[in-house]
Amino acid sequence: MSSLQKAEELQGFIFILPWIIGFIAFTMGPLLFSLYASFTDYNITSKMNFVGLKNYITMFTKDPLYWTALKNTIYYVVIEVPLKTIIAILLAVMMNQKIYGIKLFRTVFYLPSVLSGVGVYILWMQMFNPTSGLVNTILGFFGIQGPAWLFDPAWSKPAVIIMKLWGAGGTMLLFLAALQGVPQQLYESAEIDGANAIRKFFTITLPMITPAIFFHVVTSLIGAFQIFQEAYVMSQNGDGGPVSSLLFYNLHLWNKAFEVFDMGYASAMAWVLFAIVMVLTVINLTVSKYWVYYEGGEK
Amino acid sequence: MQQGNIIKPKIYQTRQFKESVTKIIVTIILLAGAWVAIMPLLWMFFTSVKSMEEIMSYPPTFFPKKFIWRNYIDAWNSAPFTRYTLNTLFLTTIGVISHVIVNSFIAYGFAKIGFRMKSKLFTLVLSTMMIPGFVTLIPTYILFAKLGWVGTYLPLIVPGFFGSAYEIFLLRQFFMSLPDEYVEAAKIDGANHFYIWAKLMVPLIKPALLTVGIMTFNGAWNDFLGPLLYVNNEMMYTLQIGLQNFRGTVQTQWHYLMAASVLVLLPVIIIFFVFQKYFIEGMNIQVGVKG
Repeated sequence: MSSLQKAEELQGFIFILPWIIGFIAFTMGPLLFSLYASFTDYNITSKMNFVGLKNYITMFTKDPLYWTALKNTIYYVVIEVPLKTIIAILLAVMMNQKIYGIKLFRTVFYLPSVLSGVGVYILWMQMFNPTSGLVNTILGFFGIQGPAWLFDPAWSKPAVIIMKLWGAGGTMLLFLAALQGVPQQLYESAEIDGANAIRKFFTITLPMITPAIFFHVVTSLIGAFQIFQEAYVMSQNGDGGPVSSLLFYNLHLWNKAFEVFDMGYASAMAWVLFAIVMVLTVINLTVSKYWVYYEGGEK
Repeated sequence: MQQGNIIKPKIYQTRQFKESVTKIIVTIILLAGAWVAIMPLLWMFFTSVKSMEEIMSYPPTFFPKKFIWRNYIDAWNSAPFTRYTLNTLFLTTIGVISHVIVNSFIAYGFAKIGFRMKSKLFTLVLSTMMIPGFVTLIPTYILFAKLGWVGTYLPLIVPGFFGSAYEIFLLRQFFMSLPDEYVEAAKIDGANHFYIWAKLMVPLIKPALLTVGIMTFNGAWNDFLGPLLYVNNEMMYTLQIGLQNFRGTVQTQWHYLMAASVLVLLPVIIIFFVFQKYFIEGMNIQVGVKG
């Protein structure tokens, strides 16, 4: 290797050094530690006693709340991810029309998605207030007696999902950008062949934006499995809401780790979540071959 | 062909007619949707200037009978919100500066310098995005606890200096779009990569840096989990933790809660309207991802 190449190598190494240090200190190291901790009964002050698979066995056989948390999370993921995807696609298609004031529409729809945090949760807690909330007031106009939302175990998760759908504008924008990359000639030739709007949507629009849909499904699935803040704030500091209906996976994990300091158990929970997310991502990547269309056939 | 027998399409069969009908229907749907998007925010504002009696009155009102602006002052003064704001601003500023500098530095390395294992390492960068935050949260907490950092701002500041996968990825895309010839020409003139990065490249990707800065601002301003875990002294609370605590103490006083929420959300709303373009820029990069 010439000295010039050596200098290049060295500089490259220095440039990525912060990431390497961060990777070891905040990713690799913690991953290994938590994997080991998951086989111990560790509470920060105690010694780490190796207990084998005890945490995992307790999780699956002796902790009914674990199953509640897992079921709640799956319920949330299975409803929120597809619903948000479909709404965002429909919005993006409408936003892609040449309509008067379209820029203003885009801004208005996008705004909620950049808002997050406690302020938003407080707003929605009041929106869902059974008596003085806006949601039930509007339902009342139509003669519908609205549920108690966050106070009703059957409606607390739908309430959180509705709040999350309010932020669909971010996903909409993602799909809109993809739509704008669809070549117009495709539509023109389809029209000559006499295709109607619905036909064009299913044979041109949808296939052409599958890469964006795929990207969104992969990332939002990973994200949805980690729902925490919303449930923590909206259920009185993490008690999980009525009949534990808002006890999501990470909320249960949090309570185990930072309320009762059962770090070993919480680490085991975290690794099971990691495994679930990995398996789903791998399935997603594998299945994508059959439905994601890349122009030019690149895979 | 028989003259004069050409079937003239009825007006509702013409293409223009169909298109305008579609446009009208879409506009109506979008108008309704826009209301759904904006209504909660309007209502939050209106509730924040109502009296508690009006909020509790039945049937509920949408528009306030009387605007009580004092609610804002009263809410602000019922908790040390000024202090929380200064704390949040401090953390946000350090976050933005560190993220913009460090991530552009790392991203430049991945985009414009040739070294062994580069593509493998970059794949590793991207794959870390898949790790659920809670997997590393517990050991990281233990690490900071052992270092004696719990109860200080260090756990909220230090990790920001070591890069974050998504921002590295985003900035790398921007560096890649700049021609390699710039770098080559500068190298022939005797410049090293540090000089090229600082003097040549950073000025060229200012819009991308602004995008990262705004994303970081938003993330740091709204960060709840970090301060919840590491900050235990009330004087060190951030706005998010202060607001959450405020909620616990003024449970039923919705006008104060809403006023405080409006004030916490307002900076984000203002930044959104000023820098919309840069929010969207970050989105567009995501679409470029294929497989």
